[in-house]
Amino acid sequence: MTDTATRNPLGSHAASDAVRPAARATFDWLFVVAVLAVIATFIRAIYFTPIEALQGPAQKIYYVHPPSAWVAFLAFGIVAIASLGYLWMKDMRLDRLAESSAEVGVVFTTITLMTGSLWGKPIWGTWWTWDARLTSTLFLWFIYVGYLILRGAIEDHGMRARYSAVLGILGSLLIPFIHLSVYLFRTLHPMPIIGKPSKPSLPNDMLETFLLAFCSFTLLYVALLRARYRLATDRAALEAEEGR
Amino acid sequence: MEADALVRAFGHRRAVNGLSFALDAGECLAVFGPNGAGKTTLLRVLAGLLRPTQGRAIVSGVPLPGGPEARRRIGFISHASMLYAALTARENVELAARLFGVPDPRAATARALDAMRMTPRADTPVRALSRGMQQRVSIARAMVHDPHVVLLDEPFTGLDASGAAALSNALGVLRGSGAALVLVTHNLDEGLALATHAAIMTGGTFVRYEPRAAIDPRAYAESYRNLVALDA
Amino acid sequence: MPDTLGAALLIARKDLAIEFRTRTAFFSAVVFALLAIVIFFFAWDPTAVAASDLAPGVLWVIFTFSGLLGLHRSFGVEMADRALDGLLGAPVPRHAIYLGKAMANLVFVLAIEVIAVPAVALFYDMPLGGAKSVAALAALMILAAIGLVAVGTLFAAMSVNTRLGELMLPMLSLPFFVPIVIPAAQTTARLLAGRPVSESIGWLKILVAFDLVFVAACTMAFPHTIED
Repeated sequence: MTDTATRNPLGSHAASDAVRPAARATFDWLFVVAVLAVIATFIRAIYFTPIEALQGPAQKIYYVHPPSAWVAFLAFGIVAIASLGYLWMKDMRLDRLAESSAEVGVVFTTITLMTGSLWGKPIWGTWWTWDARLTSTLFLWFIYVGYLILRGAIEDHGMRARYSAVLGILGSLLIPFIHLSVYLFRTLHPMPIIGKPSKPSLPNDMLETFLLAFCSFTLLYVALLRARYRLATDRAALEAEEGR
Repeated sequence: MEADALVRAFGHRRAVNGLSFALDAGECLAVFGPNGAGKTTLLRVLAGLLRPTQGRAIVSGVPLPGGPEARRRIGFISHASMLYAALTARENVELAARLFGVPDPRAATARALDAMRMTPRADTPVRALSRGMQQRVSIARAMVHDPHVVLLDEPFTGLDASGAAALSNALGVLRGSGAALVLVTHNLDEGLALATHAAIMTGGTFVRYEPRAAIDPRAYAESYRNLVALDA
Repeated sequence: MPDTLGAALLIARKDLAIEFRTRTAFFSAVVFALLAIVIFFFAWDPTAVAASDLAPGVLWVIFTFSGLLGLHRSFGVEMADRALDGLLGAPVPRHAIYLGKAMANLVFVLAIEVIAVPAVALFYDMPLGGAKSVAALAALMILAAIGLVAVGTLFAAMSVNTRLGELMLPMLSLPFFVPIVIPAAQTTARLLAGRPVSESIGWLKILVAFDLVFVAACTMAFPHTIED
């Protein structure tokens, strides 16, 4: 398979997105392309990539787990940056961006945790392990969920934007500390040696699939983010009309 | 104090919608209006507690919200007492005096409490005081730092005759020493008695704004009733 | 006009005065801590794990949960009668309010610990070691409490303005308490086992870094939570 789906920027945004809610009856082609890319990746991973000798078919989760982890953290990075931007410029669009990225991000985080678990069981014999990366992902999940619940608990738009921005920024400061603490914890408390291939030197076939997975997942993230952002914009426009 | 095309919006709802006035030292603006007209929001913006969405508000030359410099010149009395129930009247007022940097907090506190005739109960915890007495303590608290502008949100509610007299007295003294007052009230009589200027506020703006001298109380009351009925 | 520190001290003193007058929150938190200490004891199988091995963990779990109780009341008192407006209308810098409340919370939390630590030592047969070890433990307690209070005061200010505030505070704060509890528990276990402080330097560095980062971040974030 030779296609690497062409990547496109976030689509054209009009300068004042508050004014054009209904104009977008068009097909969300970016989303379709992204989904096709992901499906293509899976097909390639399952049928066209060799089975890894040591781990067997279960290793194929490897093509899902790290890419979704990457997206989970990327999404949170966007949340954090949008949050900082919002507190600085008080532009509601940044708040909508943060909200959208959080909703998409929490899904990818959940996928990361679940695939990590599914991978772990056949490989290590345990559903969960407290290693630094997985634990950081777990806490990322907690922050995401906290962020979304906090948003749900505040009616006033201005307060909601400010409060979730604060949480977004503090959350991004927390994750490194979690990672460090758990890492130190494990170094001093030797746990069963996990034979997880961290950055293996993959044979070309696998490497290509791996990279394809990263690209298609990122593309999917961008497509979902854009769709969700548009939804947020539409909702805001609707509320403006209703005079809320 | 001055406001210029002041707007304060919550989301898309404009609680204050393009409002202007100017008040000199010693003047008193009475603002009448039905519930929901935006009077409380207006006061909170003037008190520096809310930022204007558009337009400006200025106190003694300092634009609001303005930070500590502006806040030092403002005294704010609202519906809620803003007191700590577990502390005594004296402690509440003295805390305010210290936070406002008043030179001799103890003496200023004693004076303020005395002006509101609260000296005998000054060392009672606020929670043990009646609503009317709590109101008096709130007022003392708001005036202990000799503000240039005093903002009052329905201050006569809950006051008995003695309390109302003490308040009118205290306000008179403040005006005499050059403070400007903005008084929000339902009660036309009390408002007009103190006002040098009067305004009727509905839907976020002043639909009437004129000097007190130009007002005939009866006609005004009639006009007020009509305007309120319209808005309801 | 009082400067930041002066204003913060005024506010801290005010908070502590109120707390001292009513004492309800303090006593509830202490009783809760004692009950929890007892319950944890019975929840474990004493033949499997020695009580004294459990002690550091229990100590720090109690620390977080009773800390939460103390934090919650910190803004509750401002919301009744809108006393917070009184503070906001005063010419004090916003972060002075944060610092003042955080300092009061710090005293509150440490006061609970003064009772909880001996209680754990008593019920769990935990050897406190010599004076040096107790001093080290006290210093550790202070460092941990600073971190807890820094984050907790901020989230308390936020929670009091949201629906389900009582649930919001633990939900937001607990993830942030973890990088405090892990170093603290690890260091405590080592100290009580008689190991020299130098072995725990790594943990202490994390704790100090956490304190520095979050005190700064929360102080800067606070004005955004009360002003508009």
